[in-house]
Amino acid sequence: MTDTREQFRPEDHPNDHFLMTTVVGSYPKPKWHNRARELFEDEDSEFDVDNWEEAKDDAARLITKEHERAGVDVVTDGEMRRNEMVEYFAHRIDGYDFNGRVKVWGHNYFDKPSVVDEVEYDEQWLVEEFEFTDDVADAPVKVPITGPYTLASWSFNEVYDDEEQLTYALADLVNEEIDALVEAGARYIQIDEPALATTPDDHAIVGEALERIVDDVPEDVRLGLHVCYGDYSRIYPEILDYPVEEYDLELANGDYEQLDVFKDDEFTEDFAMGVVDVHTAEIESVEEIKDNIKKGLEVVPPERLTVSPDCGVKLLPREIAYGKMENMVKAAREVEAELDAGEIDVVAGDAATADD
Amino acid sequence: MTEIVATTPGLYPLPDWAKDDLSDLKGHQKGDLISGDEGGEIAAAYDEARAEVIERQQDAGLDRVVEGQLRWDDMLAHPLTVHDSVETGGIVRYYDNNNFCRDPVVEGDLSADGGDVAAELDAAAELVEEGLQAVLPGPYTLADLATDEHYGDDAAFLDAVADFLGSEVDAFPDVETLLLLEPSLVENAPGDGVDERASEAIDAVASAADAEVVVQTYWGALEEKVHAHLLDADIDAVGYDFVSDHEQTLYNINEYGTKDDISLSVVDGQNTLVETPAEIRERIEWVTEETTNDFDTVYASANTELFYLPVNKFEAKLDALADAADLEEVHA
Repeated sequence: MTDTREQFRPEDHPNDHFLMTTVVGSYPKPKWHNRARELFEDEDSEFDVDNWEEAKDDAARLITKEHERAGVDVVTDGEMRRNEMVEYFAHRIDGYDFNGRVKVWGHNYFDKPSVVDEVEYDEQWLVEEFEFTDDVADAPVKVPITGPYTLASWSFNEVYDDEEQLTYALADLVNEEIDALVEAGARYIQIDEPALATTPDDHAIVGEALERIVDDVPEDVRLGLHVCYGDYSRIYPEILDYPVEEYDLELANGDYEQLDVFKDDEFTEDFAMGVVDVHTAEIESVEEIKDNIKKGLEVVPPERLTVSPDCGVKLLPREIAYGKMENMVKAAREVEAELDAGEIDVVAGDAATADD
Repeated sequence: MTEIVATTPGLYPLPDWAKDDLSDLKGHQKGDLISGDEGGEIAAAYDEARAEVIERQQDAGLDRVVEGQLRWDDMLAHPLTVHDSVETGGIVRYYDNNNFCRDPVVEGDLSADGGDVAAELDAAAELVEEGLQAVLPGPYTLADLATDEHYGDDAAFLDAVADFLGSEVDAFPDVETLLLLEPSLVENAPGDGVDERASEAIDAVASAADAEVVVQTYWGALEEKVHAHLLDADIDAVGYDFVSDHEQTLYNINEYGTKDDISLSVVDGQNTLVETPAEIRERIEWVTEETTNDFDTVYASANTELFYLPVNKFEAKLDALADAADLEEVHA
């Protein structure tokens, strides 16, 4: 398989080892950005669509740079243009309709869309977002995109025979969008499928959908899959057959209780491991994060370990989100230096060192 | 002559204004959810929302009117999460849905405790002259949703949950119907021995009620043995989910029989596609034609709680159910 990781190593990377650091995608929106959205949605306000576009550009520029300031190797714009991970896409796909908010838990709601007609590709989803971010960023840019299974599961299906058929129809649209992203220069695409954790028995449907998505994607494009908050033993090792190279998994939140799942069967692809918890408002220390990273080295060798937060950090206070990323990068660099110096001898899959 | 009674399983979506007002008043975190001792503006908002959903059911012309269970932040786990002997743990997934509730951790005796649900029904009773329907989780489902750290024995815990629900029912005002929602009978089907105990627990709750008792099952068909045991309970009707699995459900009824009354879930509580009254009526008649029973009462309902729906579609489904019951018989 083509090595798609090396292209993301920064030219001035200080260590021989490279534990690529990245983020899952979302980031807290600056308060002024939320205020701008309120004004834009307020019919009595003079804040018009041009003002709103300018606000989104400013926020995207700011947060892209905030990721770079924290030292993250592969960045996003923090999804400043997106309101929610299903709604955003449903608004851009023909065949979707919105009826109002539904409960997720407590007083947390989302505007769950309904599929009321056959889904069709209409306007671009993420190409403009990518082009803007790529233009602003000095670092390489990752594009997170909600996967078709989650888009289907978290919608009302009024049209298709079942969720599986809707998933495949949406997969064809995701494929079209990814083609356009690749055409625009994207080289790192992460497909988010949190719904797989809800219904792990459907892993074969997700697999078939991914086959459709990756059709015609060039070999040098890095494809990842993000799954979170589930019982991984119900989907692993089956998911290793998916046509992606990297699996980004939440593990810090559960204090690595599920780590053994990935050791029982050899992890044959790249492992992007969550090393900071996005549901605690305390910034983990560099030392603590280093310990977490070393747990990842029990699963895969350094050249296949990616370091990232558990999930999108958007629900955290902004300074906490920044602090977590900054410490995450420091920790990765220190572990790399220790690896270079031969101070860490725990190497996954190497029987000679497995006895310590 | 079979009477068709249009009803719903309750657990309604909050009106949109109440979603906003209550999230402002209560907050968004798990510690902000209902504990059972709310007052002031929060209680007033719930009172207003309750009146609104009751009036909406009456306008639709439903034969049974529910309180709406708008306070049930933890869905079917609610009667326990407000109990004094219960601590609320983390947020856990609510069945195979993208919904979450607090984990009710039972740490002490589940004695009769304040009648939280009875108080809701008292408030509803002031607005409903006839046809008031109480809604509770069935004992097997409520025990399944909870974590027991006190009784230490599954059978004793199930009995305690049944006794607790029975004490709630004792405190109820006069109601026409008591609906016990038992999705766990399908989703986490009881095995050998437990199936019989589940039936006895349901019987214990039902015996506390001076009303028609319907036990609604959903998210698929019951396993055959679970169904057979359920029929041993002294209840008036079983609710069957004809939306999720009509074939196995029909088989169960024709193979093992059912009660003299029946509740048919013929409206999808988790899809915005609104069934027409004629479609609903056809589904009801399909069941009555495919079974040999001569039912006294056929309840027509939605298969699941209705909070999964946005308000406009939820209301459209109330109208469709009520209209379906009033339609002249349609013959294929």
